[in-house]
Amino acid sequence: MHVGIIFFLVILGSVLFHIFTPWYWTDVASNWGGMDDTITLTFWIGGGVFIAVCLFMIYCVFKFSYKKERKAEYKPEDKKLEKILTWATTLGVAALLAPGLIIWNQYVNVPKNAIEIDVMAWQWGWQYRLPGEDGKLGTTKVVNINDNNPFGINLDDPFGNDDVMIQSDVINLENNRPVKILLRSVDVLHNWYVPQFRAKMDAVPGIVTYYWFEPNKTGEFEVLCAEYCGVGHYAMRGGVEVQDKQDYDNWLQEQETFSDLIAKQKILENEKTKLAKK
Amino acid sequence: MSEDFNNNKTIQAQSSETISGGGSGITPDMDYVRPAEVGEQDLYHGHSFITKWIFCQDAKVIGVQYFLLATFTGIIGLILSWLMRLQLGFPGLAPFMTAEHYYQFVTMHGMIMVVYFLTALFLGGFGNYLIPLMVGARDMVFPYLNMVSFWSFFVAVAVLLASFFVPGGPTGSGWTLYPPQAILEGTPGSGWGIMLMCISLILFVAGFTMGGLNYLITVLQARTRGMTLMRMPLTVWGIFTATVLAMLAFPALLVGALMMSLDNVLGTSFFMPTILKAGEVLEYGGGSPILFQHLFWFFGHPEVYIVALPAFGIISDLISVHARKNIFGYRMMVWAIVGIGALSFFVWAHHMYVSGMNPWFGFFFATTTLIIAVPTAMKVYNWILTLWRGNIRLNTVMLWCLGFIVTFVNGGITGIFLGNVSVDVPLSDTYFVIAHFHMVMGIAPLMVIMGAVYHWFPLVAGRFLDEKLGKWHFWLTFLGAYSIYFPMHYLGFIGVPRRYFEMYDSPYVTSAVGMNEFISLAAFIVGAAQFILIYNIIKTLKTGKPAGHNPWQACSLEWLTPTVPPEHGNWGDRLPIVHRWAYDYSVPGAKEDFITQTTPPSEVAHTKVEKT
Repeated sequence: MHVGIIFFLVILGSVLFHIFTPWYWTDVASNWGGMDDTITLTFWIGGGVFIAVCLFMIYCVFKFSYKKERKAEYKPEDKKLEKILTWATTLGVAALLAPGLIIWNQYVNVPKNAIEIDVMAWQWGWQYRLPGEDGKLGTTKVVNINDNNPFGINLDDPFGNDDVMIQSDVINLENNRPVKILLRSVDVLHNWYVPQFRAKMDAVPGIVTYYWFEPNKTGEFEVLCAEYCGVGHYAMRGGVEVQDKQDYDNWLQEQETFSDLIAKQKILENEKTKLAKK
Repeated sequence: MSEDFNNNKTIQAQSSETISGGGSGITPDMDYVRPAEVGEQDLYHGHSFITKWIFCQDAKVIGVQYFLLATFTGIIGLILSWLMRLQLGFPGLAPFMTAEHYYQFVTMHGMIMVVYFLTALFLGGFGNYLIPLMVGARDMVFPYLNMVSFWSFFVAVAVLLASFFVPGGPTGSGWTLYPPQAILEGTPGSGWGIMLMCISLILFVAGFTMGGLNYLITVLQARTRGMTLMRMPLTVWGIFTATVLAMLAFPALLVGALMMSLDNVLGTSFFMPTILKAGEVLEYGGGSPILFQHLFWFFGHPEVYIVALPAFGIISDLISVHARKNIFGYRMMVWAIVGIGALSFFVWAHHMYVSGMNPWFGFFFATTTLIIAVPTAMKVYNWILTLWRGNIRLNTVMLWCLGFIVTFVNGGITGIFLGNVSVDVPLSDTYFVIAHFHMVMGIAPLMVIMGAVYHWFPLVAGRFLDEKLGKWHFWLTFLGAYSIYFPMHYLGFIGVPRRYFEMYDSPYVTSAVGMNEFISLAAFIVGAAQFILIYNIIKTLKTGKPAGHNPWQACSLEWLTPTVPPEHGNWGDRLPIVHRWAYDYSVPGAKEDFITQTTPPSEVAHTKVEKT
């Protein structure tokens, strides 16, 4: 008797916990609200199955507990029942899969007007690069990376000169403008993840990976590394500030381009040689 | 029960007469069973203590050896989990818990629990003990190889544990061992630790292959007369199919471990692209980190089913025996096991949706993954339909079965979240994943192991485990584990990433502090509760109630040996002859509520047995 009651309380507790939990997802701040909706749908269907199965089990425990004089039913198979259950399950699974695939289709197809952002990761930090006026990022190579060329831009690539370089772990984004995050890593796996945007993807050394989203809430967000990358993993944080167009444009104006950096370094070098000559 | 066994002997004598005499009419035709095609194997009989108990060739002793060693490593895994929870619930409380140690404990806990505890225990432990007994064989077909299998496992465990004592300590690269970080500085144990891990895994796979061949060929070739494949208990089906998976999946892990060792020691670049480390370009180039992930998960996903399928099989038998009812839809159950096994080779990249592989793979792997939900759901329906109109004994074994159903369904449904590619994106690499896989392949299989221990202990030791202690053990474990992992999903919803040594001042996770403390406390209690079982076993071995023959009134062969516990050779003078499946419980018209597999039809002619 008490067995069935305890199991029932476990199920009831689970439902109540779900309804009253103070721990739930953060407000979505990107276009991926559809992911939340699919989770909710999966909760309804999956949660319904969980509760139904458990309640059926609990009913059996109450109803068919051992009695010496009773004999269990002898019924090895029930083809019809098994068929109905198979098809019902298939239908339920298909109902869950379809919206999942539809959203995935959006996830892998990046809108044409998305601004590309190069997110470069290492143990343990981030920096960012935006295309300049030409709208294109210059190509890069790991071996090019040095103090004068922190992003490893190929010097013979004309698209690289006007690239905007943000040597900080915080990046600003324009509200309601899709961004294509291009991820690369110079050492191990990382993952640039903002929980409020829902989206994520690993940065893999040797290749460039991508994902996209459209921020739709202004404000500051924390970036977390979501792929284990060694002892500093938990401390590998960054930040995003989503701004309206006006603020964003002002911020962008203040940033340094690759040609600015080269020019600055040339001046520095000239001064050095002058000093040396003296 | 001894009466039954005597009957078998006479029946066998009669049926051989039938064969030679061309149906002389002494045996009713209905009792005829095809003669054996191969003669009986000669067994090696150990006489000294060493050949009987240490370098032993008896599958039952090897099974117990596997069980004990796997449990020993499992306890180490448990202690590591305590240390992790200590850090997560009460950061800074233990001064020795540095980030390095934390990640080393995470890694060793994961690898130990998945490979050296669950896999070794289900296949090495239950497989060795139960397969020969359940199919009516005298032993595994290659007893010597079987012994070598165990000792390879022993060396593998020794090498694994040795890594705690080498310079740099064990590897802290996560149980998935992803390169490049696994072999680069910045990850603890990137030198010695990862080497020993790879060597240990290679030894494990080698040893496991020897054992696995034994399980397969014993099931295929050494079944006793009348034991057709479709009469085998589901336990055997589960272990058999899991072994097929293991034979196909472990080689991928083996080559992954070998290639990573070469990258580490010889400087090859299988998995290593050009890497910049502390301002220096390393002498690697052109390798693919994602290739390792494909190899790892091509092993890793079937591995989940290598643990799950034996659990499915065992739980089916436990539910059937203790609900006094045949397993519902036996054929469906068999095909579901085989189908899940086959499908499990087509879903591996669902662990890699956000790994940076070509995202178009997502469509394929999401579809295959959700297809697996169908046969899995059928199994769940059949378990609860077995309870329906049964005559359920609510003993400790049945409690573990009920606990299994709740935790497995819970964990299975969160699997549908994670398998459904775009739903996985926000949840992957968060605590939702941790909660999901601990529920479905940690707690659920543990429930099965515990149920199986309480069920078969009377066979192995001849005495019942104490029911009262068993119930305490169950309720503390079930309620405790559920309150660890059910709320943990919600940490994942918030977005708390896994493998974080501490969260410190993250704005939206400070609310999780209270829950982390609660989860840690529950984890300490659940861990401690496991020692109730150890106490119970020690107590029972001394003073437990003797079980006698077939104490649960089961139908399957392992309970029908002439001696309890079964001796070397299992069956005395003559092998049993099987006349029916393992599930003739509560047959209308039968005197008792079970008909053993060895009962010939003529003895129960008046019952309404369905032909199996």
